[in-house]
Amino acid sequence: MSAALGVGLGGVVSASTRRRRSVVNAIACTALGASVVIALIPLALVLGYTISKGSKALTGSFLTHSMRGVGPLDGTGGAYHAIIGTLEQVLIASLIAIPLGLLVAVYIVEYGRGPLRSAVRFLIDVMTGIPSIVAGLFIFAFWVLGLHRGFSGLAAGLALAVLMLPVVVRSAEEMLKLVPDNLREASYALGIPRWRTVVSVVLPTASAGITTGVMLAVARVTGETAPLLLTAFGYDAIRTSPAKGPQSGLPLFVFQQAGSAFDVAVRRAWAGALTLIAIVLVLTVVARVVAGRSQLKAN
Amino acid sequence: MTTTDATAVPVRPRRQNPRGDQVFHAAATAAGVAVLLLIVAIAAFLIARAAPAYHRAGWRFLTEREWFPDDPSRAFGILALAFGTIVSAVLALILAVPVALGSALFLTELAPPALGRWVGHLVDLLAAVPSVVYGLWGVYYLVPRLIPVSRFLDRTLGFIPLFDSRNNTYGRSLFAAAVVLAIMVLPIVAAIAREVFRQVPTADREAALALGATRWEAIRLAVLPYSRGGVVGAVMLGLGRALGETIAIALVLAASFKVDIHVLEPGGNTIAANIATKFGESGAHGREALIASGLVLFAITLVVNVVARGVVYRSAIAAEGRP
Repeated sequence: MSAALGVGLGGVVSASTRRRRSVVNAIACTALGASVVIALIPLALVLGYTISKGSKALTGSFLTHSMRGVGPLDGTGGAYHAIIGTLEQVLIASLIAIPLGLLVAVYIVEYGRGPLRSAVRFLIDVMTGIPSIVAGLFIFAFWVLGLHRGFSGLAAGLALAVLMLPVVVRSAEEMLKLVPDNLREASYALGIPRWRTVVSVVLPTASAGITTGVMLAVARVTGETAPLLLTAFGYDAIRTSPAKGPQSGLPLFVFQQAGSAFDVAVRRAWAGALTLIAIVLVLTVVARVVAGRSQLKAN
Repeated sequence: MTTTDATAVPVRPRRQNPRGDQVFHAAATAAGVAVLLLIVAIAAFLIARAAPAYHRAGWRFLTEREWFPDDPSRAFGILALAFGTIVSAVLALILAVPVALGSALFLTELAPPALGRWVGHLVDLLAAVPSVVYGLWGVYYLVPRLIPVSRFLDRTLGFIPLFDSRNNTYGRSLFAAAVVLAIMVLPIVAAIAREVFRQVPTADREAALALGATRWEAIRLAVLPYSRGGVVGAVMLGLGRALGETIAIALVLAASFKVDIHVLEPGGNTIAANIATKFGESGAHGREALIASGLVLFAITLVVNVVARGVVYRSAIAAEGRP
């Protein structure tokens, strides 16, 4: 700016103002760009550190052995029982939340009207914000204590279903809304009843987007730890029946091993964390690829 | 949808299979009603199981710091937990919001669209990392590296109580928990903010640029005023998420029950983390007390989320209503 001082008065004002504005612009744009870099640094650090720690501890035996009979100082043992538990719990949650969620979305977009529709939409929004530990407390109060069913993988599946439902509904709702009304009208014009139109025309058209939403929902609940703590409780041995007694789950396994004071347990926690992150990230990335193939674009 | 209701259509498609349509309509409506019942059930069961604990604690539930619900002689209360929950969440937002909004602005306003989408997906990946992994990483990677940062803050800004560590110990503190929380809420705030910024009409930006505004001036004068409501909503949804986060905090914090603004000192606790750490060792009374604390968390997050949704809706309606 000082260089401009030698010029005439009018020139000083306009040139220095212009200069100042472009400097401010450059600083602001650099700051915005820097914030993108700052946002991506933790992603690189978390993934990098988990991979470097986890890959040293992740062995074939870790994936094929349970914690049954493993002493606190033994370096053996693995997450086989927890992986089985997670698969069963997520499957139970999916079997409940996906059909129910699709029906709710169909209700909101195709059938619902009036105050009930507004209430359902609003409550689905509210459900999205329920902390996962509260979902766990609910199933604990309702299923474990209220119905005297005790801790089980099934109870964990129910808690995960509560968390999964709003995610499925919201994504399916968004996709159903994108289906052009022309398609529905064409179907009606052919004499096809409304429910057949929904099942054979609307849902298939939106299927890629719905698949993406469902996979992201599955990925989200696969990583949930807090509800498992209050519903599955954790168990050291393989338990294939989700209805009978406490069960472990992969995130719960990581949490319990991480809380130990012994190095061997922390090593198992890192191996479990790497396994978990691999499952969740593969689901997420595949979901994005499916979304990219969708015929319906959000914008 | 309105077209199907038009009586002028001569074909009357619905008559061909009225039974099937009735069943499907009923099933969809039942699913909608099930959502209503589920929310009512969540509130009802939590209240029913929490009531005995409230009864035992009385008004001390609001003023007591300690947590000894299974011990008949000692009391338990929400004060220290609620304090830690709110302080850690607010600190996390102070750290996360500028970065989240800055990255969202860069990706929607400055970056080429294709690059913006790709990097946006990368930022979204932060939200896909499970919280237990953040907790593990927080304890073993972040906490040791935050100790020098804490020491620096203490030495330079220690005259402010917030940055003062009276015995010069640092580590598994509310500050460290807030940094982990900040990383976890960042992708949520950033994702909603990107949506909000995309809603700004291109004409507004172009008008500003045509008048000779720089890129930053166009953002400041056209984009930000237009999206203020949506940004507030995004921040509040991030707050809701930060208040309810459990496992990462349970791993990072060295739990203690104190109401203390010296956030660099180890200790502190949150409602959600306390449930996770105390549940296994609690008896019947202890679990009722934990449900009672969970109900408070549920109520707080409910209010935050409802207000946030309201703000987002209102700004969306205001945006659509513009000529």
